[in-house]
Amino acid sequence: MWLSKSHRVLPGFHVGLGYTVTILTLLLILPLIACLFKVATLTPEQFFAAVWTERARAAYLLSFGASFVAAVINVAIGLLLAWVLVRYEFWGRRFLDSLIDLPFALPTAVAGLVFSSLLVKQGWYGQFLVPLGIKGAYSQLGIIIVLVFVGLPFVVRTVQPVLESLEGDTEEAAAMLGANRWQTMWRVLLPALQPSLMTGFALSFARGLGEYGSVIFISGNMPRKTEIAPVLIVARLEQFAYAEATAIAVVLMAMSLVSLALVNWLERRSRRYAP
Amino acid sequence: MHPSSLRTKKTAGRFVADEPLWLRILLITAVYLIIGLLILVPMAYVFWQAMAEGWEGLVKNLWQDHDTWHSMWLTMTIAPLTVVLNTIFGLAAAWTITKFKFPGRTLLVTLLDVPFAISPVVVGLMLVLLFGMQGFLGPTLREWGIKVIFAWPGLLLATMFVTLPFVARELIPLMESLGDEEETAAVSLGANPWQLFWRITLPNIKWGLVYGMIQCHARAIGEFGAVYVVSGHIAGETDTMPLRVEKLFQEYNNPGSFAVASVLTLMALATLFGKYILEQYIARQMATDSVE
Repeated sequence: MWLSKSHRVLPGFHVGLGYTVTILTLLLILPLIACLFKVATLTPEQFFAAVWTERARAAYLLSFGASFVAAVINVAIGLLLAWVLVRYEFWGRRFLDSLIDLPFALPTAVAGLVFSSLLVKQGWYGQFLVPLGIKGAYSQLGIIIVLVFVGLPFVVRTVQPVLESLEGDTEEAAAMLGANRWQTMWRVLLPALQPSLMTGFALSFARGLGEYGSVIFISGNMPRKTEIAPVLIVARLEQFAYAEATAIAVVLMAMSLVSLALVNWLERRSRRYAP
Repeated sequence: MHPSSLRTKKTAGRFVADEPLWLRILLITAVYLIIGLLILVPMAYVFWQAMAEGWEGLVKNLWQDHDTWHSMWLTMTIAPLTVVLNTIFGLAAAWTITKFKFPGRTLLVTLLDVPFAISPVVVGLMLVLLFGMQGFLGPTLREWGIKVIFAWPGLLLATMFVTLPFVARELIPLMESLGDEEETAAVSLGANPWQLFWRITLPNIKWGLVYGMIQCHARAIGEFGAVYVVSGHIAGETDTMPLRVEKLFQEYNNPGSFAVASVLTLMALATLFGKYILEQYIARQMATDSVE
């Protein structure tokens, strides 16, 4: 058959493939097909009427905008955290390092609950921030804050191993050739870290686009102001407008796939030109 | 902080250009601030709020509220069940993908990543479209007496979908790097598939497998969006712990909500601790291996 010779001796190919494909079909492919069938029941006019309302446009824009800003912040914070945790020895380093994974382990609903309570006017953070005019709860800023929390580990965990593997010699060479620390950072280190930063950005961005559990606690979910696309989908579902909800979901999926493909392409490009 | 504790780590005696001391102190302080404000304070706040009415209040909110009690039971059944099912799937997928070459292999690897790219809410929606009462399969299943949506099978399917890639993604690179020489040798010496798996493959991949299972379990406990859509929020029936947190929050029952949140936070800390122990163990193993 078409199995290569050296692989033919091992057992379990048919069972393994059969099981994998069955589960993927049941769990992934059938639901996706159901989704497309549902959208196909709409006429093109109905489809556009559902997915391109003012409220829906505002929701896509907020979903993409907040996820983008949060991912950019995560790249900056993540680079700083990874740098300090890898390069310096200091009291509490390992403890802080283990804490970085908390956002992965903590249910996002808990994150949403905590940050919304901290950021309201009477909250621990809100009592200082609200008088300054920084409204974290029930605002777009709040959405960005929880998305930063939820996506925090991605950039740190993708950059850390790369930083660890970088030998001192390129930096050493740069320093000997007369580059100052700042030039070494921009010209030598950042280009080497760029692919991993991009990967971290993509993971954080994708996570933000789909995030629901934490956002509903903090955003207040006001249409056209603080309503993200997944919340709009649920709102349509609760009105039993299944076809419209599906249409919005398909648009959201298409947009996320296109933006992820774009980021992947950029990442591959930067990997190719990385030193 | 004593300056000597701020040494730059030197990689095998290599020269690493040092930042000035003030900059190092500044950066380390920034890290403490970020992790403190984003992670430590919020975590402490959960326990602070949960204990707002003292131990008695906490016990009352957790044990004497039947719906909360049920949500804990539900989460602690569905999460381990999901881990078991996804572990079997992950093993099958990783075995097929790493040990054999076949047409469609790349497609299979790509499909494994799809759950990461779909919003959990959309996952829930797709399951409703398929298994709901107005769905494509729902009415038929209903005739057979099987209820998926607004019942625990729906919760299980939604959780499985969202956590499907974890074990497989952990195992594939690991098994790829291990190659298949040991397995091939075992088979040519007459090992049957059962012996092959338990004696050769499993011992080689066990720590990666445990790592994937821990991640899968943590995500299964915390899953919200997908479960939110398929559960129907029937208190005492289809509310998992994260859904219970949201419902109590909506009912302005803050102490109750934080009580459930504190249990979830403890579970998250247990996950982190488990990962830490595992990493320590693997590091020690690798150290002894390299000595040998």
